[in-house]
Amino acid sequence: MEYEPVIGLEVHAQLLTASKIFCGCSTEFGAIPNSHTCPVCLGMPGVLPVLNKKVVEYALKMALATHCTINETSNFARKNYFYPDLPKGYQISQYAQPLAEHGKVEIEVNGGKKVIGITRIHMEEDAGKLIHDEYNPASYVDLNRAGVPLIEIVSEPDIRSAEEAGAYLKRLHEILVYMEICDGNMEEGSFRCDANISLRPKWETAFGTRTELKNMNSFRNIQRALEYEIKRQRYVLENGGSVAQETRLWDDAQGVTNPMRGKEEAHDYRYFPDPDLVSLTVDELWLEEIKRSLPELPLKKRERFVRDYQIPAYDAGVLTSSRALADYFEAVAKLSGKPKAASNWVMVDILKFLNDDKREIKDCPILPESLAQLITLIDAGAISGKMAKDVIVEMYETGKSPKAIIEEKGMVQIADEETLKKVISSVIGANPQQLSQFLAGKDKLFGYFVGQVMKATQGKANPQLVNELLKKMLAET
Amino acid sequence: MKLNELTIHELQDKLRRIEVSAVDIVSSVFDRIDAVEGKVHAYIALMKEEAYEQAARADEDIKQGHIKELTGIPIALKDILCTKGFRTTCASHVLHNYIPPYDATVIEKLKQAGAVFTGKTNMDEFAMGSSTETSYFGVTKNPWALERIPGGSSGGSAAAVAADECIASIGSDTGGSIRQPAALCGVVGMKPTYGRVSRFGLIAFASSLDQLGPFTKDVEDCAIMMNVMAGYDPKDSTSVPMDVPDYRSFIDRGIDAWTVGIPKEYFIEGIDAEVMTAMQETIKLVEKAGARCVEISLPHTDYCVAVYYIIAPAEASSNLARYDGVKYGYRSSKCRDLLEMYKKTRSEGFGAEVKRRIMIGTYALSSGYYDAYYKKASQVRALIKRDFDQAFTKCDVILAPTTPTPAFKIGEKTDNPLQMYLSDIFTISTNLAGIPGVSVPCGFAGKGLPIGAQFLAGHFEEGKLIQIASVLEKTAHLKSRRPNL
Ligand SMILES: [Zn+2]
Repeated sequence: MEYEPVIGLEVHAQLLTASKIFCGCSTEFGAIPNSHTCPVCLGMPGVLPVLNKKVVEYALKMALATHCTINETSNFARKNYFYPDLPKGYQISQYAQPLAEHGKVEIEVNGGKKVIGITRIHMEEDAGKLIHDEYNPASYVDLNRAGVPLIEIVSEPDIRSAEEAGAYLKRLHEILVYMEICDGNMEEGSFRCDANISLRPKWETAFGTRTELKNMNSFRNIQRALEYEIKRQRYVLENGGSVAQETRLWDDAQGVTNPMRGKEEAHDYRYFPDPDLVSLTVDELWLEEIKRSLPELPLKKRERFVRDYQIPAYDAGVLTSSRALADYFEAVAKLSGKPKAASNWVMVDILKFLNDDKREIKDCPILPESLAQLITLIDAGAISGKMAKDVIVEMYETGKSPKAIIEEKGMVQIADEETLKKVISSVIGANPQQLSQFLAGKDKLFGYFVGQVMKATQGKANPQLVNELLKKMLAET
Repeated sequence: MKLNELTIHELQDKLRRIEVSAVDIVSSVFDRIDAVEGKVHAYIALMKEEAYEQAARADEDIKQGHIKELTGIPIALKDILCTKGFRTTCASHVLHNYIPPYDATVIEKLKQAGAVFTGKTNMDEFAMGSSTETSYFGVTKNPWALERIPGGSSGGSAAAVAADECIASIGSDTGGSIRQPAALCGVVGMKPTYGRVSRFGLIAFASSLDQLGPFTKDVEDCAIMMNVMAGYDPKDSTSVPMDVPDYRSFIDRGIDAWTVGIPKEYFIEGIDAEVMTAMQETIKLVEKAGARCVEISLPHTDYCVAVYYIIAPAEASSNLARYDGVKYGYRSSKCRDLLEMYKKTRSEGFGAEVKRRIMIGTYALSSGYYDAYYKKASQVRALIKRDFDQAFTKCDVILAPTTPTPAFKIGEKTDNPLQMYLSDIFTISTNLAGIPGVSVPCGFAGKGLPIGAQFLAGHFEEGKLIQIASVLEKTAHLKSRRPNL
């Protein structure tokens, strides 16, 4: 029997606000344990939460970017459960009335396009974390992360393969990072994903029993876990068994999913509206303002690059992989007026430098102005493409402008006809043997003469002009 | 009269005229505490050292000519208010060693107004109770009759004012916890509109019902305390950004041509005969002052207790989840694992009434029961609120008994939680509707036990309550009576 996987994903994205969702503490990662805490995020008796408006703004950006309907009023609820990393004994989240619903994103799979529905986007606070002592039977609680703002993005069960899941996640990730509302760092947990997955016979419309997958902390692991789970469920079903509704944890080392211990999952969260927070009303003018502030999203940008700069779709894809890179390329393209050349230099040289040094484009020592200047110099014939390759290395190492480097090293191209003519005649005069062979019909020796001219000018001669003049002068001999 | 027996405004006059010093006042209060606290047990902890320091500072201020609303006035604080650096227990074993790292907003406001803190007063554990009998630190006695309860949950704060162990005090009212003990102890107690006074630093029992308010010896003091306590606080999202009037300006304005609503559902069989008589006297006094009393109806009154005992425990079950032994407070020793630590800490840390309410609340929020209990209760709550909205289109204020009986005996109702819950029958609706209420002494029962009358007004109409309460106080002539300790 042919089975079809039905997958829905729940993404938790940490928002890049400077302070936490309900108090003024810093959200900085990696600080000394419990140094970014206050009575509010420690859950001291008597404290009250106050909603950080920036969190709402960021969440609204994501909701708008994914074409959600924004609820005019939304509410916060308490999700009650006991765990040492949860200082209040409940997590403030949104439940019955989330911030936004009914959105969608477009993904590309196997060259085709597909729309994945978004059920809802809501805001909530993150929990702290436990640090287990390796040498003592003790655990410690670090509440720096408690109260860091999250949005949860819940997809519709529209995803039909691990590959689609990967494409969907990459799309969400890209949008979040593009809008600079999430750093997207999966290792630090800024972008996390849980999956719901079930199988059903291909002709069936009803859903099968699903499992929930957790503990996958990279795009690759998510795809691997889903692939494994599809295989596992198919095996169970094909052998006449039934899939148990349970939460399973991905074991990266073994490459399998295992059921979570039963005790930990039988939760009744007893959600109810948080009486400490009032209903959130999204003001229409504010929403308009946020809409106007939204950056061009990657998909749109990609299309525009192909159209306006006449660069291949693949190149546009690479150049728009981050907003900073796209901005960099666009600046070079505009300043130089040569988008094609700009694309080549960025794709080939700049990205290689950065990749070798594990640097980000924002840390690139070559400013867009400098790269544009280099392209202009080549175009004007002031330096050769070959020289430019040396110049750009120097630019990357020193941060100097190409003009400065060229002057310093005396690398200016010799494009003066009289000067070159003199060099050429002395080269011809110094190689009578080769000249007679050339004149006798050994055309290949033309290259030898070019090489000698370049050598005599230490590579500074304009190669095109050398070609031209040499041809003419040899013919005249 | 001794200084500790005087009111805020009387003492402030004396301070202004430099007849007495703040240190004189605080000394007279602590002399009184030394004399009667052994009998009353109004306090969980005294702040004697701090109080003398604050008083000395107040005297300095007075010398400099800086005299603020509460300069040099000794005030007692319910032990539910967080005081920075001073143990705050909520009368619970689970917080018996908890020292807050911050001050409640109301504490900050009182400090800024120059108040002197006498100590933290006794209460029912986590404010759950109507008699101060559920306190981990023992029972508080009613100063008028030591074998009787002072009411609750703010019993210590009410008793401290009645016994002149402070000049005024702060309490919190979730279902009557200020007004009921005020009535039973013969003092003035006000529960402001929900959102009028910041809850920041008030240890939560039921967040949508809790509100802080004052206990005072007279209505003018109530107005003075409200002037200091009321106002928007950005740290409390449920506090309301609205101007605060000068409540003192409502004193002695009279109630000529007012309409006073008498809800028929509050004058029912089963009310103590002496309470009923006192109420009838009160109605007469109000009419004599120029108001017209009309019968009104609050048709959903019957559901108040049921609704309250779903919503309050539901919120409490969540609010009290943080007392888990992980971060502060009591932690049971020798636990093998996390689950056992939770179970033992909470079993040993909470008293029976608190556990009962946590269980009721947990049940009411459980999946499968939520709709039938919590959701239904919230819907009925909206109807109760609507009852009041409609009533206030017909009258300026509502008059009702604060309690169905005068103070009952210690131990009388501890074995019967339902009987205990019914002692709040007249005060609960106010909290469900979020409106303000004030209890004022209106008579005495034969045994010399105080009886209180309760006035209720629309949202943010505390001024009206001060206005009519001051009229009743002037005409009832009860102010001079003091308990014989
Ligand atoms: Zn904090």
